[in-house]
Formats: sequence, structure tokens, C-alpha cells
Amino acid sequence: MAKMTLDQLRALRAQKQEELETRNVEGKDIQVIVGMGTCGIAAGAKQTFDAIVAAIEKHKLANKVVVRQTGCMGLCYVEPTVEVIMPDMPPVIYGKMTSDVAEELVVKHLVEHSLLDNHIFDKPAIDIVKR
Amino acid sequence: MHFAIGDFVLDLIQNSVEAGSSLIEVDIDEAMNGVYVCIADNGCGMSPDEIDRAFDPLKNSAVKHPGRKAGFGLPFIKQAVEQAYGSFKISSEKGKGTKVYFSFPKSSIDSPPLGDVSELFMNALNMVGASELILRRKRSSDGLSYEVKKSELVEAVGDLTSASSLSLVKQYLASQEE
Repeated sequence: MAKMTLDQLRALRAQKQEELETRNVEGKDIQVIVGMGTCGIAAGAKQTFDAIVAAIEKHKLANKVVVRQTGCMGLCYVEPTVEVIMPDMPPVIYGKMTSDVAEELVVKHLVEHSLLDNHIFDKPAIDIVKR
Repeated sequence: MHFAIGDFVLDLIQNSVEAGSSLIEVDIDEAMNGVYVCIADNGCGMSPDEIDRAFDPLKNSAVKHPGRKAGFGLPFIKQAVEQAYGSFKISSEKGKGTKVYFSFPKSSIDSPPLGDVSELFMNALNMVGASELILRRKRSSDGLSYEVKKSELVEAVGDLTSASSLSLVKQYLASQEE
């Protein structure tokens, strides 16, 4: 593959945009937030982020999801951590979300609307949440 | 401790974003004799006293998380560089910005691998905060050289937190590495 130019990137986007418009979607209402503090990076959050983006694309959810990063959520012992906020589901922080669990997250939580029982760590540590 | 040089770089970019920078410039030069990295921002900067504290992992200024004093980003990179006999330099001016420079020699067995640069760049571009991020990459072995500007990519594909834009940017960055 040769180096893509910005013009080619624009063209690719336009093509994708057409594909996306043919699907019936209600807008970006799912937020996936990856903890990217020192602890997260050390535990492989960068790879997790990459795998989540790939899994979202694979399951054709790209136009519905916003993927963000945040700093340490205070759960350094179960990094990488991923928070998912979406309609009809409770906001959940998942821990131990290594890149190999990324697809399971997308399929179970985002598509099937069920929780990943063994990864739930509820909410940020008490000293991180503003009281 | 981080596994790859790219992990250290991302950690330092995160610091620059949190310092409220409007411009962050990252240079990664993969030379024949080692990897040279420079991260410069125009964020809030640090006083000499604050720099000293930033290198003590348990006595940080706790700005990010009040009540929590641990911060391992800079101590990690300094330790890794010293272990591999690389070089490390930080210069910072309060209110003007910070510049961090470090290198890892190829000859040292303790130098970490560079890691996946396109993955690193995609993560860096996804961070919210910095209005402009300029990423420059060079590799001497095959003459690879390119520059990526966040503003240009945003103009081409839209908001970089949307998963659809991210997967396009991922393809674009991977092609730059060819």
C-alpha cells in the first residue's frame, strides 16, 4: 500500500459516509471511554483502544460510537479500564480489559445489551470522584 | 513500567494535554544508532521546584487528582533512560511550556522497542484538549519521513473521537508507515 494523501483520505471518508447513510441509525449515542493514565498505558490500554476501534468497525457500529480517552480512574490494580455509557444500559466501568476482551465488550455490551460479569468494577475510586 | 518507547511518549503527550497546551509537537526520529524523541508543548509549564517534584513519584503536586500524590509518568521515563544509558533532558518555563527530550541507544540491550508508531499516533490524535498536535516521524534505515497535523485530519475526516473517523485515521496512519 502506498502512502495515502489527505485527498485520498477525504475521498475514502466520502465513500464510507455514503455506506453509512444507507444504514438506519439514530446518531452517536454510545460512549466508550478508555483509561489512558500511566497505569492504563502500562497495562496495554493503547492496544485495547486499537482493538475496540477495530471491533466497532467490524460490527458496523462506527457511526454510532464515540471513543474517548481519560486519565487514571483510580482503579490501577485492574487496568486497562473502559467505561461504557449508552442508552438503556447502566453506566459501567470495566476492568482488566486487555485487547483480547475488546471484541467481547463490543458484542456483549454494545450489540447484545448484556454485561461482562467478570469485568465489572462499578465506578471510579472514591478519591477520584469529586465529592 | 511501560513496555515500549511509544507508551512513554503517549504518557508524556497526556501530560502536555493536561497542562492545557494549545500546541503540542512530537518528533520521533528512529536513527541508525538509536531512537530520539522530543515532545514540546506551550502549556502551563513548571517552575524548577515543580520539576523536581514531578520526578519524585510519590510527591507530585496532585493537581490532577486532589488528595492523590502519586505520579509515575516522568519518573518511569527517566528510570528507563538511565537503565539503558540513554539521554534525558527537560526544560520548562512557568506559563510558557515544557520541552522533554530523550533518547535510547540501539546498542543497549535495556533500550525498549519503539512499538507501533501508527497506533501511538492514533491514540495521541484521539486525546481531547490540545487544539493542534503535530506529529513528525523519521526512520533512517529506509528514509521514511512524514508529518501529521491534527487540524488537517479533523478537516478531512471530522471529529477524531468518532469511531468511524478513528478507523479512517488508522488506515491513513498505517499507510504512512509503508
